[in-house]
Amino acid sequence: MEVKPPLPQVPPPVWTEFKDLQEWEKYHQERQGNDKTSEALTSIADAIHHMPGGWIVTTSTEKIFNWARKSSIWPVTFGLACCAIEMMATFASRFDVERFGMVPWASPRHSDLMIVSGTVTIKMAPMLKRIYDQMPDPKWVVSMGSCANSGGPFRHGYHVVKGVDRVVPVDVYVPGCPPTPDSLMYGLLKLQEQVAHFQSTGERPAPVQPA
Amino acid sequence: MTAASAGAQIQERLGLTPTVAGGEVGVTVPRERWVEAARFVKETLGCRYFNWLTAVDYKDQGLEVLVRLDDVEAVVGVTLRTRLEPGAPRCATLTGLFRGADWMERECYDMFGVIFEGHPDLRRILLGDDWEGHPLRKDYAVDTPQAPYR
Repeated sequence: MEVKPPLPQVPPPVWTEFKDLQEWEKYHQERQGNDKTSEALTSIADAIHHMPGGWIVTTSTEKIFNWARKSSIWPVTFGLACCAIEMMATFASRFDVERFGMVPWASPRHSDLMIVSGTVTIKMAPMLKRIYDQMPDPKWVVSMGSCANSGGPFRHGYHVVKGVDRVVPVDVYVPGCPPTPDSLMYGLLKLQEQVAHFQSTGERPAPVQPA
Repeated sequence: MTAASAGAQIQERLGLTPTVAGGEVGVTVPRERWVEAARFVKETLGCRYFNWLTAVDYKDQGLEVLVRLDDVEAVVGVTLRTRLEPGAPRCATLTGLFRGADWMERECYDMFGVIFEGHPDLRRILLGDDWEGHPLRKDYAVDTPQAPYR
């Protein structure tokens, strides 16, 4: 049998060489952390808040905005490992998170929530960070399952990020290996509670752990 | 062909002593005769199915590269193994015999750092291009920092 010489290789893309992605990284490095809303809106809200009687307007509008935010949290379709199967079951008709206003959306640019469902490897972490950066503020992250929480059974391996909170800030940790759809739904309800207390000053409540 | 006759042919034609157990033949090959032995097993014994290729780290005694070649019709498997020089993990490539050896040897290079001489495109396949070290070696520290993720 004749063995042909292999075809010339196309060099693999190095993502950091793309100019727009470099600018994107730079923009996000220069930006303040914990930025949940735009500076202009914050300054206007602050000005109204400090006017006499203005706090009535700001707090009530805040409540309305938060009600709107928590009633339409769109998670980005982002499955990493076996937890994604449970996540799909949660999205599907039996458990049906759509009644909470959660529509799994296939674009990070329209999404408010990233459910990190599965093991994050060191090779995958930059892509996860990029997807998180592409989501518009305000945005939230649910860490689903042992692997995303702490590295899980792969914690002592050589290639796994020991907890996704080393890559992106996490709001709710859902334990389990994998968590059942009920656990994930409980975590999502906890997240809704958190979003209801969200303040446009950019301060967030501390992460809660569902019991 | 049976495993016993394959073992006898290897003994007779290559001058190597095989171990035969069930339908499996195991041969330890000197490093210089790696490709020759694989070609003999493929073309004369008819084990044309390249099953897997991997390595074992014996620390001070060097790495050992193993390859499993199967004859699917006769249900005979031949495992070739060769011990590499300690401190110089260099081995001849089998990509001239099996195109499927390409990625297996890249993986072996990725995990063990075995340099396959003559391989057309020897670079990392599973780990990132900027990875340092070869994680399945015994002297690899699992806690090697990978900033900023660990």
